Amino acid sequence: MNLGRVVILAGGLSAERDVSIRSGRRVADALRRRDFDVEVLDIDDSLAERLTSAQPACVIPLVHGAVGEDGTLHELLSGTGFPYVGSEPTACRHSFDKPTANVIVSDAGFYVPQFMELEKSRLRESGTKQVLQSIVETIGLPLVVKPSQGGSSLGMGVVRAESALPAAMVSAFAYGPTVLVQACVEGTEVAVPVIDTGSGPHALPIVEIRADSGVYDYHARYTAGSTEFITPARLAPELLAACADAAVGVHRALGLRDWSRSDLIVDDGGQVWFLEANVSPGMTETSTYPQAVHVAGLSMGQIVEDLIHVAIARG
Amino acid sequence: MASDARMTAHGATLTSTSTRHDPWLDQYAERTRGLSSSAVRALFAVASRPEVVSLAGGMPFVSALPMDAIAETTARLIRERGHVALQYGSGQGDPALREQILEVLAPVGVESHPDDIIVTAGSQMALDLVVRVFCDPGDVVLVEAPTYITALSVFSSYQCEVVHVPMDELGLNPDALREAIARVRAEGKKLKLVYSIPSFQNPGGVTQTPERRQEILDIVSTNGVLLLEDDPYGLLSFDGSVPRAIRADDSQAVIYLGTFSKTIAAGLRVGWAVAPHGVREKLVLANETAMLCPSNLTQMMITDYLATSPWLDQVKVFRELYRERRDALIDSLENHMPPGTSWTVPTGGFYSWVDLPPGVDSTAMLPRAVAARVAYVPGTGFFADGQGRHSLRLSYCYPEPDRIAEGVRRLADVVHAELDMLDLFGPAIEASQKTAAIAPASDMA
Repeated sequence: MNLGRVVILAGGLSAERDVSIRSGRRVADALRRRDFDVEVLDIDDSLAERLTSAQPACVIPLVHGAVGEDGTLHELLSGTGFPYVGSEPTACRHSFDKPTANVIVSDAGFYVPQFMELEKSRLRESGTKQVLQSIVETIGLPLVVKPSQGGSSLGMGVVRAESALPAAMVSAFAYGPTVLVQACVEGTEVAVPVIDTGSGPHALPIVEIRADSGVYDYHARYTAGSTEFITPARLAPELLAACADAAVGVHRALGLRDWSRSDLIVDDGGQVWFLEANVSPGMTETSTYPQAVHVAGLSMGQIVEDLIHVAIARG
Repeated sequence: MASDARMTAHGATLTSTSTRHDPWLDQYAERTRGLSSSAVRALFAVASRPEVVSLAGGMPFVSALPMDAIAETTARLIRERGHVALQYGSGQGDPALREQILEVLAPVGVESHPDDIIVTAGSQMALDLVVRVFCDPGDVVLVEAPTYITALSVFSSYQCEVVHVPMDELGLNPDALREAIARVRAEGKKLKLVYSIPSFQNPGGVTQTPERRQEILDIVSTNGVLLLEDDPYGLLSFDGSVPRAIRADDSQAVIYLGTFSKTIAAGLRVGWAVAPHGVREKLVLANETAMLCPSNLTQMMITDYLATSPWLDQVKVFRELYRERRDALIDSLENHMPPGTSWTVPTGGFYSWVDLPPGVDSTAMLPRAVAARVAYVPGTGFFADGQGRHSLRLSYCYPEPDRIAEGVRRLADVVHAELDMLDLFGPAIEASQKTAAIAPASDMA
């Protein structure tokens, strides 16, 4: 493809480094099969220099976790002036911080499970025991505890008994300074990939996730065989439509661009709940986005090529 | 074709398909259970970045090798003897190398015959072969507590039952060993091997005295148990006094594993086993089954290196280099770690074992450490039974001394933060904290 060089950014320094490298490699392979000149770069403090040297026609950031998804990297890319696939820095910042995203999505009229954001300092000031008791009384059990920022379910835990809450908090705090505690909605967990190749955002086939352990954690995400993925999800047509509408609505509410993935839960009453949005969806062998692309009858190379054209046209 | 998603319509008109991304899921052998991705492994992916001080992996500092000489040797080998170097070889290993291994064994006191040596792809392969020829599922292997992470992986893959035997500051505890042997036999289980790393133990950093070695030899001999002596670090004592191998005093009760990974180059993957004659025959057959033969090229590179280079002088270079790094580590631990932390002071090898202040969980702390740009291996990786939560292994062999100091400073800050967390949440977290299993990786060995 004679568009010039495409640079894929993958790696980084977060706990999702390995996932990002696998995502980058997969997208690079897909583009090379379409005769693109592709270079995969890790990110460090010399990235701007190396991009200047590479003079890419387009950049595809696939770095997960902080820096990659919190707007920092996208800020740098905006500064370089090279066209890139993905959302603008502010949208990344809002999406990456789960409490902020929850507020925006809720204000846009979508259902968000009740949540609280906790900082260590607040626990110390108010008394840990009292705060934890208050959380359980206010939100109830079961609870989901996770770092306010970060992905791949690292540091995430489901708490079904109050006695397990302190350990879950410690695990989540190990990944960041603030923790999100949220009501655990039981139901059908789905991932809804969204793509916008120029005609507005649309949902791709919705992926139903059934982890053998019951919790879609890091192990369940990246160990082949430990989770069953059903695409499209086995939901009634009106629920599939509701999930698609919610994911597209989240994409718009958060100001996302090109592609995103929303993770949702449909409860037994048919209510669709927002869990989180991803500005740089995983593209590994076991990630949900590529599955949806495949079931849609598309190819990864094709949709990325379309997004490259969109990014270049945007300038 | 453009990917206009309207035609995909979020799947409402498509037939659902299910996948687990592995069509062979029901076909795997029972022994592969437990092999999986883990968050701990994900964190180690970051450790390779230069921003991170990795005190995790036991990677020899190969940059200290005479690279030009090795390059010249390799080029000459290919040029002049390529027809041999690039061909299949003996399943037992190159006879010339086996002769030379006798010289390498001389400092540890092992006298043998080239016929009783089998060359393998690193001593890891030799370890695998020994377990393969001796252990059936359910057989018991006694190991030190803690022990080499990838040895545990081998024992697990052959479905052995691993029983840990406590160590003290002199290594494997003889009384505990006697008691463990008696207990296992009283339970009617088949005890097949005692696995020990007597010199500069991985991960403990401790070394058995000559008296301790004799006592352990007496115990295994009296009880008719085979001792598997793993000695990768024996030549790397900081004062130059090489500990005498247990195999030096008994050629029938001990299988000795050696390697060039620490004294020459890990990337060549050349190790060996010295075994009683009958055992050796079985190991050769197993080696041929597994890999036909070890690499002729890397064996010949080592043969040439040993014959033409002052290899013992190079070992001295490594000793001095690692001693300096050990000092940097211990000094930094003394200067920065909070009260309640203790550590071993190794007299050789690559590792120090650190016991954290009460309540601090090294696995739970790892994400915070990696975020602070320092990596270690949590203690649980060195146990088959979930012990080790409050300990970790630090490796000083690869980073420069100033980086080691910086790494320990970062680690100390992380431990302080963890103590702060403990203070916040109290002992309630102890009861419910989970321990993540750690699958071994080459950079953690």
